[in-house]
Amino acid sequence: MNVDLSVDIGGLRLRNPFIAASGCFGYGVEYADLVDLSTLGAVAVKGLFLEEREGHPPTRIVETPSGMLNAIGLQGIGVRRFVAEKLPLLRAQGAVVIVNICGSTIDEYAEVARILDDADGVGAVEVNISCPNIKKGGMMFGCSLQGTHDVVAAVRRVTRRPVVPKLTPNVTDVASFAAAARDAGADAVSLVNTFLAMAIDVETRRPKLSNVVGGLSGPAIRPIAVRMVYECRQAVDLPIIGMGGIMTAGDALEFIIAGATAVQVGTANFVDPFIWNKLLTGLTDYVQRHGLAHVSDLVGTLDTTDRTTAWTSS
Amino acid sequence: MPLDVDAVVVSNTHLTRDYNVLALAAAAVASQTQPGQFVMVKPGGGDDPLLRRPFSVFEVLRDDARQVTGLSLLNKRVGVTTRMLFALKPGDRVRCLGPLGRPFSVTEPPERAWMVAGGVGLAPFATLAAALRERDTETTLFYGGRSANDLFHLDEFRQLGVRLELATDDGSRGEHGNVTVPLARALGDADRAAPLRVYACGPTPMMRAVTQLAAAHGRTTEVSLEQVMGCGLGGCYSCVVPVRRDGGPAHLVRSCLDGPVFDGSTVVWEQLVS
Ligand SMILES: Cc1cc2nc3c(=O)[nH]c(=O)nc-3n(C[C@H](O)[C@H](O)[C@H](O)COP(=O)(O)O)c2cc1C
Repeated sequence: MNVDLSVDIGGLRLRNPFIAASGCFGYGVEYADLVDLSTLGAVAVKGLFLEEREGHPPTRIVETPSGMLNAIGLQGIGVRRFVAEKLPLLRAQGAVVIVNICGSTIDEYAEVARILDDADGVGAVEVNISCPNIKKGGMMFGCSLQGTHDVVAAVRRVTRRPVVPKLTPNVTDVASFAAAARDAGADAVSLVNTFLAMAIDVETRRPKLSNVVGGLSGPAIRPIAVRMVYECRQAVDLPIIGMGGIMTAGDALEFIIAGATAVQVGTANFVDPFIWNKLLTGLTDYVQRHGLAHVSDLVGTLDTTDRTTAWTSS
Repeated sequence: MPLDVDAVVVSNTHLTRDYNVLALAAAAVASQTQPGQFVMVKPGGGDDPLLRRPFSVFEVLRDDARQVTGLSLLNKRVGVTTRMLFALKPGDRVRCLGPLGRPFSVTEPPERAWMVAGGVGLAPFATLAAALRERDTETTLFYGGRSANDLFHLDEFRQLGVRLELATDDGSRGEHGNVTVPLARALGDADRAAPLRVYACGPTPMMRAVTQLAAAHGRTTEVSLEQVMGCGLGGCYSCVVPVRRDGGPAHLVRSCLDGPVFDGSTVVWEQLVS
């Protein structure tokens, strides 16, 4: 039986729900020899500012129980070099490209988005208002409802592409941020970015990361991320791209059933760069086994009959 | 093309209480491997430990008919993954992705090759020595360790025609002190007109010292840097090293793609964190 794995994210059609997560797949071109990029739902490239950035000095990552901390500091080549040097290669590979955009100011977000609007081959812009390890920009906007609204509205004004703000989990009520994003004109939201965290070398009493704090990703965060996707699904009627610790098709299905239309896979790609075929096979098997024609029929189908939630966020 | 194989452990030879050589049936990876390249390794399929670890390919293993059968890793027990690799038994499995990274340039006569190794930094030099041997390049290994017990594989290097210059911290074998001591003397004694290439792998201060010593004698050094890596494929930007090329400003470049082998004179050593 043929199953339809395609999904729609605010007007952007994806062949399947699996997207390589930003910052975990370089600019995509690094993987072109290993993976047929056209078989992925989409590729979300490393976060881009207007200008090139060096990022933080090493040590930039440290492993923690079933997860990892990172404080890369958004090293990158800047949006213009990306458009000139990487985007044509991604297009030639047949990749659907989601560009993760960053800014130290609202104007910078808008300028990056405007440059991308003129470029060929950009499927959507994912607005990174959730990076936990940079001084200016990032989570600074994503932790304030007004900041979230203002950045999203500014990007919305300058682009025709689907606008997908990426939300931080480092807030008390993530659903209210999804609502703020919707009110500012977002076409979808993605979540979660990493959880602000730290690890200490007790022998030296030094932080393990040069940046002292970093973002936690990987299986350790998955149950919290699933809960947050579920909360957003209850609160807003926007497509959701869910992520956080997805290692298998079963993990991805948790997010989809909780309410995600598509999912991103980040840390797992470090462990297994050939994960994409396994995810596709697992998802196809599941959809067939459950007698469904479209994977999109599964989105938000969590059955809570006879269960009550004592605590809800909003 | 890098491959990911679920490799069977063929043998696990404990050299000391902390060092072992793990032989893996990963012929498809081994047959493509060039000296200085690495593999990303993960014992066991669980989520903890989660990430793979980078290892230099120590040896490319062959059967009696010279057919490639696999590769070996030189492991030192320090953390969770290396403890697991130390404890593996024949028949266990290890995920092995590779070969990855930029290899050493294998020099040819009349240039001679001097390999300088400190501790587990010996790892990339067995395959390099074999490749140098194929080109009949005159090769010397300067090799330092804590004590005589921590110097491995000496007979194998001798069989490849490699001259040995040894040094130990406790003086139990070879020169008493750092491996840079015999290296400095040899650099001073060498005929300046005779071409020579230096290769180094080991602790960062040692590679820095070797690069500077060699440069003072007009020699270039290829260093193999051992950075913390997340993916080995250029995806995560965690393994960056500061590099300066053509007199320009220092830039952080990914060791997994641009390295792990670098021209030592381009590395901005005072900024290198490892
Ligand atoms: C090394 C690393 C770099 C990342 N860089 C970015 C980035 O540039 N932009 C962004 O929005 N998220 C970034 N993230 C967050 C991921 O895209 C993702 O939201 C998070 O890791 C959770 O998913 P995972 O558990 O599947 O990795 C990064 C994550 C890691 C581990």
